[in-house]
Formats: sequence, C-alpha cells, structure tokens
Amino acid sequence: MSAKRYAMAVDTRTCVGCTACVIACKTENDLPDGYARNWITEIATGTFPSLDLTIRSERCNHCDDAPCVAVCPTGASWIGPGGIVLVDPDKCTGCKACIAACPYDARFVDPRTGTVDKCTFCVHRVENGTPTTACQDICPTESIHFGDLNDSDSDIARVLRTREHYTLLPDAGTTPRHYYLK
Amino acid sequence: MRRREFIRISSYGLGGAALLGGVTTDWFHLYGGTLPNPLTNGDRVVPTFCELCFWKCGVLAHVKDGRVTKLQGNPKDPLSRGHLCPRGTGGTGLLYDPDRLKKPLVRVDRRGSQEFEEVSWDDALNVVAENFLKIKEEYGPEAVALFSHGYGGSWMNHLFRAWGSPNVAAPSYAQCRGPRDVAFDLTFGSGVGSPERTDIRNTKCLVLIGSHLGENMHNTQVQDFAHALRNDADLIVLDPRQSVAASKATHWLPVKPGSDLAILLAWMNVLVTEELYDREYLELYAYGFEQLRDHVKPFTPEWAYPRTGIEPELIRHTARMMGAARPATLIHPGRHVTWYGNDTQRLRAIAILNALLGSWGRMGGFYVPASVSIPPYEYPALEDEGLAPADKPSPSDYPLADEVLAQGVCDATIPGVRGVASIRAWMVYGTNLPSSLPEPAKTYEAIQALDFLVAVDVLPAEITGWADVVLPEATYLERCDEPFAPSYREPYVTVRQEVVPPMYDSKPGWWIARELGLKLGLPSFFPWKDAQEYAEARLKPLGFDCETLQREGIVMGERQPIYFEEGAVPTFWTDSGKIELYSQKLAAAGFDPMPTWHAEDIEDPPPGYYRLLFGRAPMHTFGRTTNNKLLLETGPENAVWVNTEVARAWGLKDGERIHLKNQDDVTSTFTAPVKVTERIRPDCVYVVHGFGHDTKKLRRAYGRGLNDSELVTRTKVDPIMGGTGMNVNFVTFVRPDAVADASEPDTVEGAVAEEVAS
Repeated sequence: MSAKRYAMAVDTRTCVGCTACVIACKTENDLPDGYARNWITEIATGTFPSLDLTIRSERCNHCDDAPCVAVCPTGASWIGPGGIVLVDPDKCTGCKACIAACPYDARFVDPRTGTVDKCTFCVHRVENGTPTTACQDICPTESIHFGDLNDSDSDIARVLRTREHYTLLPDAGTTPRHYYLK
Repeated sequence: MRRREFIRISSYGLGGAALLGGVTTDWFHLYGGTLPNPLTNGDRVVPTFCELCFWKCGVLAHVKDGRVTKLQGNPKDPLSRGHLCPRGTGGTGLLYDPDRLKKPLVRVDRRGSQEFEEVSWDDALNVVAENFLKIKEEYGPEAVALFSHGYGGSWMNHLFRAWGSPNVAAPSYAQCRGPRDVAFDLTFGSGVGSPERTDIRNTKCLVLIGSHLGENMHNTQVQDFAHALRNDADLIVLDPRQSVAASKATHWLPVKPGSDLAILLAWMNVLVTEELYDREYLELYAYGFEQLRDHVKPFTPEWAYPRTGIEPELIRHTARMMGAARPATLIHPGRHVTWYGNDTQRLRAIAILNALLGSWGRMGGFYVPASVSIPPYEYPALEDEGLAPADKPSPSDYPLADEVLAQGVCDATIPGVRGVASIRAWMVYGTNLPSSLPEPAKTYEAIQALDFLVAVDVLPAEITGWADVVLPEATYLERCDEPFAPSYREPYVTVRQEVVPPMYDSKPGWWIARELGLKLGLPSFFPWKDAQEYAEARLKPLGFDCETLQREGIVMGERQPIYFEEGAVPTFWTDSGKIELYSQKLAAAGFDPMPTWHAEDIEDPPPGYYRLLFGRAPMHTFGRTTNNKLLLETGPENAVWVNTEVARAWGLKDGERIHLKNQDDVTSTFTAPVKVTERIRPDCVYVVHGFGHDTKKLRRAYGRGLNDSELVTRTKVDPIMGGTGMNVNFVTFVRPDAVADASEPDTVEGAVAEEVAS
C-alpha cells in the first residue's frame, strides 16, 4: 500500500466566498456554536475604479512542517493518515501552545470539551470510502479540489500541475499542503 | 489505562465508520492517535427539495435518531447537482429555530400589541372561517385577499381559487421580477421563467446588468457562472458597486446608478452601426429592425458617456466583445429589477440586445426549456371566474400587468385611497409585507384598516405580530408539497417529502388549506385526504413510479432539443409571431415602442445624500433567514457600504455604527457598521436587504443591522406594468448620538442559548 499525501487547492478565480463550505463543515463535523474550522478571506486592493478583489476559502494548511505538532507538549497534535494534521482530544490538555504556534490561526478550543479543534480534511470521510471533504462536496462553484498528491492522475495533482498556485505565508517555513489557484 | 482507553475509543470510531459504508483501514495499528468521527451520517437519508430560497434545489436530508443532522445536495437533482448554497446547507437552522411559531395563536389585545393566546387548531381555524364568511356575506369573496410567497403558497392559492377571490398577489411580481417577465414576453412572446432559461454554462460572453451572481446564490446559476469562468468566457459587469461578480469580470463598468439604459442603447448603437448583429437571424425571426436601426442612431457611446460615466471606448470595446461571441452571448435579464420605474423599458433593451446578437434559442444564450406536463387535479368548475382584481385604480392603468400588483391590493385596503376600501381581510402566507412591500407606513395603515388578518408562517415576523390569527406552518423539512416539474434544460419531476414529522403543533400548508376549505364549505375542492394522495392522483396517469420518486427524489423525463440549432422549434408568441424589436403592443398602449432615453426619469441625489441601493448576501434570503443560527455565523448583520472619499468627508470610520436617514426624514430604527470601501461609487451607498428586524419575537434577528425597507418611502411606479421602482430613495448618515430615541437592541442571545440547551 503506497502512502497517501492529501492536499487541497481552492480556485480563487471561481470562489465567490458564499460560505457554503463553512456551514457544511459545521453540520458535517457537529461544531459548537460560534466556531468554525474554515472561513472566507476577502482582500480588496486598489482605488476606485481600478480594483482587485481576492476571495479565498481558508482552513488549516496541513503543513508538512507543522509548528503545532512540534510544540504540542503531550503529542495530541499529530500527523495522521495521508499527512493530515490532527488533534487527539484524549491527549489534548487545552494548553493552547498549538494555537499560539499556528501562523494561520486555524485552531480553537471547543468550549464543550476544552480541547483544541481544527480542520481534519474530513478524515472520517476520505479514509472511509467517501473521497470528498464536506466543504468540497457542497461547494456550488466546485472551487475546492482535494485528493492524493501521490496519485499523479488525481484531480489535485492535475490542477497543481496545470494551474499557477501559491501557499499562504510561505516565509513561515511550514510547507503548507493547502494551495490557492490563481 | 491510556492504552485501554485508546482501544475503546478506536473501536467506537470504527463502529461509527461502518455506518459510512464499509471501513477497511486498520487505523490504530498504522497511526498513533484517535481519528475523529463526528458521526453525523444519517440512519435514514431522505430526498426532498429546499425552500430556504425559491430555487428549489434537490436535497438529501440525513436523519439520525429522529433528528436532521445535515443537508447535502442531491446529485441526481438537475438544479443542485449535488451542491447546495449556504442557505440550503443551513436549513436545519430553520427547522430547529427555537423562535418558531409553535401553536395557533389568537390575538387578545389591540392589533400589533403582540399579545396572543395559544388555542387549538380547531378554534383558530373557526375564527378564520367565521371572519371570512362574515366578510363574504357583506362584501363578497373578493373582499378577502391573499398575499403569498414560496412554493407552499400553492395550497393557499388553490383555496382562494375555490373561495372565489381574484385578489391573490405575490410581491415577487411588482416588487421584483415583473418588468423582466413583461419585457421578454413583449419581445420574444415568452418570459424567462424560474429557473431562468439562461445558458450561462455554455456562454462565451456573459453580461450582468446589476445582477450580483455569487452574492445572489441561485445555486445552478452560480454553478454555471463558475463553469463559464473556467471556460474563459468574457464577463462584462455593469454595476455601481464592485460586486463579487464584477471582481471576476473582464470589464467592470461602474455605471452611474439609474443610467443603465443609456449604456444599453449605446451598445445597440455600436452593434448596429458596426454591423455586429446577427443579420440572418434577424431576417428570419425579427420584426422592426429598420425602425430600431434608425432609432438607436443618436445613442452613440459619446452620447452615453456624460450620462453614465463610462468611457466611449470601453462601451465600444465591450459591444465588440459581445458581437464577437454571438450567438453565445448572454445579456442576463436579472431577477430583482424594480429599480427606477422605467424598468420594463430597460428590460426591453436587454431583450432587444439579445435579439440583435441572435442569442434567444441558441447555445450560450437562452435555451428553449422543456417540462414534464403534469395534468391538473380534476376539481369542479369554478363559479364567478373572471372577477377583476382590485389592484389598479382603473382597468386602463398598468395595461400590460399580467399578475396582480401586491401594492395595489394594499392600496385597495386603505379607505380613501380608492374611495371605499374594497378589501376587508387578508391572508398572508410566507411574506413579511412590511419589508417586502415598499412604503411600510402604507402597509401598516392598510393593516390597521382591515377587519381581519390571518398570517400563516413558520417563524414570527413583523407581519405575524399584527395578525388576528397566526397559524404555525411546518417547515419544508416537515411537510409534503405539490410535485415540482419546472421548465428547464431537461424535464423532470421532484417531490418535497416529510423528512421528519412536524415539530410542536405546526401543520403543513396542505392540511391548513384543506381544513380551512372544509370549514368554508368547499369540500368538493378538497377531495383528497393528504398531499401524498393528491400527488399520486396527478402523477399516476403519467406512468410515474411514485416509489422511485420518493426514494430517489427525482424522476427524469426525456430530454428534448433545447437549442434552435439542434432542432428546437423557434416559436414566438407575440402578435406578429416574430421577435418584436419594435413592439406594436407598446405602441398601441401609448408607450415607447422601442426603449428610449428620458432624462427626466433619473433624478440625482440632493447634496449630502446618496442613492440607497440594496441587494443580497449569499447566506441570506431577505429577512427570512436572519434568525437562522447557522447562517448568522457567516452573515451576522449588514453593513453600509460607503466610498472611501465620502467616508473621509463625513469622518466616518470603518466599523463605526450609523443610522441612515432618507429624503423624507425617515431614520432607520437601528444602526449598521460602516464598510469604508473603494468598491462603490461615491454617489450611492449599499446595504444587504433583510436585516434590522424590529420584532423581539425573532430573538436573534432583532436589531441586527439596519432595515433598508424602512427607508423605501418613495417609489416610482412603472406605467407599463405597475412595478414599484425602489432605487429612487436617497439617504444621508446620522450618528447614533444625534438620534433622540435611538433604539438599542436588547441582548436576546442569552435567552436563545438557554432554551436551546434545555
């Protein structure tokens, strides 16, 4: 069995920032009121009428060099199947070291449990026969690509081969596996 | 200890995963931690269709232990294609809204005091029936009017047909899409329908006139919009605001509000003078090209420039783009188009541009829709058919209106507006009239004049607070409705099913209509025992397998040709049998037969005032969703978009809360934060419609953001069809400390949280 290497790419050309991804994640993962694992960022630049607007659906970057995993004192933050960065609630003490270490502000403490929560790339789906994440599945503009980078025929491998893309805060040295297509 | 706990949790995870349909990965031998599994998959998955807006997307509802856990798109459904917009995804926020209407209510104090007592359905319906019958005896059945919105309204429409009142109105006509439907009907002999017959998916050049697709989330259109972007289609957006769509455009034309028609005329001028139009198509199908050619001669891009603020070269360049892509050029007709009172003529201009480009009936333009024709249920013949509705001052007014004007029915309720009030009672189904009709003071005046008002709704709203009887309807996830067989690319039938039984003491619309019908002495119009029996009676003759329909949610009909080029027959149901560039019907009625520019149509804002524009946010459907816990998380309130220069002049800071005050000295009850942005022209401000509820019965929505409807105290009525142009109000900024009796919304969140927890 060859190891998988999951990654996600959001197409900023087609993403309209509708937040269906946010709501779908909340219901799929039964998240607490007032908290979300993903969010929309809008960046407007320029002066009227020469303007540029970038819209991104953002979440945990599932970094190859994940500072959250490195700083976790109990081993609760860990690298799961396919390189997905996960939190084991049984080991998490809620110390928030990972929240401070994450340059993407992707983590929060679930007030119901006192443990840290974040995007799981829907590991319960993708490792169990449903190949899509909930945000990808719902997306009306089909702007979210997800899959196994080690499979060169996968949609994610193809879009990253054919489309110009970038990652967030590359200088943070975290090597994200979440990409944005230009 | 830790090891034991670890194994226990892992096996729990595997047990849950088995529900997902087979699990093989041996997690805990390979990996070092517990894999999360939220276990939200249903033990039942029920197909139905959505009602968070009116697009009717196919939904798969997951039900676990009797509770709806999540909503997904039904991949078999042609409208959702497996995807949902945020509203549809958040439908459980409506189902489980603790503020829902739970019991039938009868008013116990003066109207509007919000004092009710809970009564049985039988008692509530008896009160309604007694009042309706009393009014019928004195004034005739037509003195009872129905306002409705939404698919469940079909049961009430049926009740009113049986009852014999022609005064059945929906604000979705004269306050929304009416001018578009009339204009396209005048031009092509048929309207654009809903879902619109726009072939966005295959277009090579999409032109949006104020349509903010992506913020306006009609699911399939937005899917197709993204598809067109992926196909590198040209996108031209005319909008005073850099909408999301404008941000993705090849060219954004930040047009001066109200001057859209000047651009449309200039585009016609370029297409005609540069001969970019589809000559063969026009020769075959169109009437009046010569007249149009001469008519548009003066409307050069240079003529349009001072009126619109758009450079002549950009007008020319974009017209050429449209010409180059034809017939796969789509000038989108939009949906909410009651803006300036000349709306039918503006929409006529859009229709004519499409005709010049040969896009009607062609791939990438407007397809020819097909539908499964479901035979109507056989009811007895109606008596008294052909009574005229009371919506017009005189029968010669608004001669081309083809639906009842909601504001006109409201006028006919107020003594003095049309002499003696001819409307004495209202039933209001699913529409919050103080926000869906303009001039709310008039709506309240009408309400006060009524003998009787009954409201049927899922949630309380301003209108239910003013009702004499409130009937709590079950949500779309708790009820069956009419089968839905839209005119679309491919014919199909879908059904709305009861996913979970109605909560509280709510009842489905079909039950309410039937029970009331029986009490009103109309049993022959309600021979079926429930909605399912009714649907089966209609679908069986077609040979439809109702079991498959219930299981899959969808049965497809046979695909038919949808483009002229693949065999769809060009048929134009106009007087001439052709596409009417020159409208004989408009000429005969005394209107401009071809759209033309009347400078007096557009008034500029007075100094210190800005034109109030309003629109949509992707996670909300007007005020109907602003109490939805899930949707409020991503769209908590509206903001007032103010151009950076204007904000600087007023000293307004981003995020600062302000009131808006209009030209008639009406100040918004609540405040909203200022959004200081370059993304809007300096002569207008923009807010999302649907916020600023002032009923405390909506505990989450109360006082969130400001209500634009309060500020629409002036309209310009379209003389052709009676649409109420609403973008004719001007507003200025008022700081909270300058408002004497500023309402500070109480915090009601805590109370809601408590109730949810219990």
